[in-house]
Amino acid sequence: MSRVGVIGAGHGKFGRRSDATVQELAFEAFRMAMEDAGIEREVLDASVIAAVPEYHKQRSVAGVVQEYLNLNPRPTWLTEVACASGSAAIRTAWMAIQSGLHDVVAVIGCQKMTEMETAEILALMGRVGEVQWESIFGTTFPGYYAMFAQRHMHEFGTTHEQMLAVGVKNHHYGALNPNALFQKEITLEKALESEPVSSPFCVYDCCANADGAACLILANEEKARAISDKVVWLDGVGAATASMSVLRRPNLVGLPSAEEAARRAYQMAGVTARDIKVAEVHDCFTVAEIMAYEDLGFCRKGEGGRYIAERRSYIGGEVAVNVDGGLKSKGHPIGATGVSMAYEIVKQLRGESGKRQVPNAGVGLTHNVGGIGQYTFVHVFKRD
Amino acid sequence: MFSWFGKVSFVPYSKVADFAVHLKDGRLMGSLCKKCGYQTFPPRADCPECMSPDFSFQEYSGRGEIYTFTRTTAAPVGFDDIAPYTIIVVELEGGGRLVAWQGESLTEDDVRIGRPVQVVPRVWEKGEEIKVYYTAEQPGTTWNKAPAPHLG
Repeated sequence: MSRVGVIGAGHGKFGRRSDATVQELAFEAFRMAMEDAGIEREVLDASVIAAVPEYHKQRSVAGVVQEYLNLNPRPTWLTEVACASGSAAIRTAWMAIQSGLHDVVAVIGCQKMTEMETAEILALMGRVGEVQWESIFGTTFPGYYAMFAQRHMHEFGTTHEQMLAVGVKNHHYGALNPNALFQKEITLEKALESEPVSSPFCVYDCCANADGAACLILANEEKARAISDKVVWLDGVGAATASMSVLRRPNLVGLPSAEEAARRAYQMAGVTARDIKVAEVHDCFTVAEIMAYEDLGFCRKGEGGRYIAERRSYIGGEVAVNVDGGLKSKGHPIGATGVSMAYEIVKQLRGESGKRQVPNAGVGLTHNVGGIGQYTFVHVFKRD
Repeated sequence: MFSWFGKVSFVPYSKVADFAVHLKDGRLMGSLCKKCGYQTFPPRADCPECMSPDFSFQEYSGRGEIYTFTRTTAAPVGFDDIAPYTIIVVELEGGGRLVAWQGESLTEDDVRIGRPVQVVPRVWEKGEEIKVYYTAEQPGTTWNKAPAPHLG
């Protein structure tokens, strides 16, 4: 099979962007990605937009983005699988290119969240739990992951301190990322003192809602080689699902969709977990990163708490994880997140990550989870 | 009738809408596939195994144990007036799990993974609308049931 390569990547500032509309945010990332690729719009065949529509007043947001980027009359379409929408966009762009339909496709993840109140967002996000039997009791998004955390603590002796150590790490690296929402270090003591959210979680276990956008330009192998001398190849695209109701899952200590997506992505890319040197994982809540270490095979099930406590996911450890700050520190504009993860891996594999550069990063992955593991996409990237 | 179920209803209509009527009568119902015998809680009209659309309700004892839980402080819209509240996932005798609120007979110390509990059907006392739900209580807790199920 021929390959699909990333020839351009762009990333705007994440945060409370009261200065911009969603299409203006998309433009920032798109402009950077096009400059990075060194191409003009004429080269593009299509775009895929990732956004979760419920957050925007504008109905069918792909249309307004497409117009603002001056990409009419090229085709565009929206992908939506909750917080994994960005990776779904990358996957469909990969499919469009591999099918031969399009040669060069722009993928734009964009989201404006902060125009809504936190309680409204909590209500909306909680409804990614099953609404017929569960949300009617006031389940919330942090609440679901908190219930995974309780099981993880019960079955494996994982501690809340170990979970918060994930937050400490991600803030450590986020402090070095100019695109991050929170560019400051935190201490374990401060994290433990933060307000309770949903036991065992407190504020520092949870990522923050944010506005932002990121963009990738993908091309088929021939065009990629012709256009760019720093191509990063998207060699493994794994995806899988699990029941909408987490109550129907076999256990609540991991995400079966993540294990399956990883298995498929590794197989397609011809790599194993041991080959991964840098990873972007979906740390919407601290326990989610601990479960990701396990589901991705970086360590055995149940050892994730020790993995972070022993700093094995820091630069210099076994796999550098979320060295852009992760969702925790960077912020989580849900439609943009999957593309933002891919942006970081592309920059890392090119050796362009400055103070946060992971040495000898030749293979990297993104692990992007939609909802509470109803959808997971794992993408493996390689440098030649 | 399904709009009776829960503090805030998001799904007013369902083929298993009578679940809420049974709950008001004091009965916790799962479903039984009439063709292949597949049994599940929460109930579903259409069998995921043999794809038969023929089902009957099947009563569950409500006995079970705490599978996991969380005390929610940051509540979503529609639940801020009862926050903080504790959500308990109960693993039911007979299979399946449900989300329930911590009932008044359970203390904070009682809310531990693995602890046996009784799921008790409840009718919301406040307001004019009928609202039904359930809570997790001490094992052995009893409640009133309507004389006989008057629905399929």
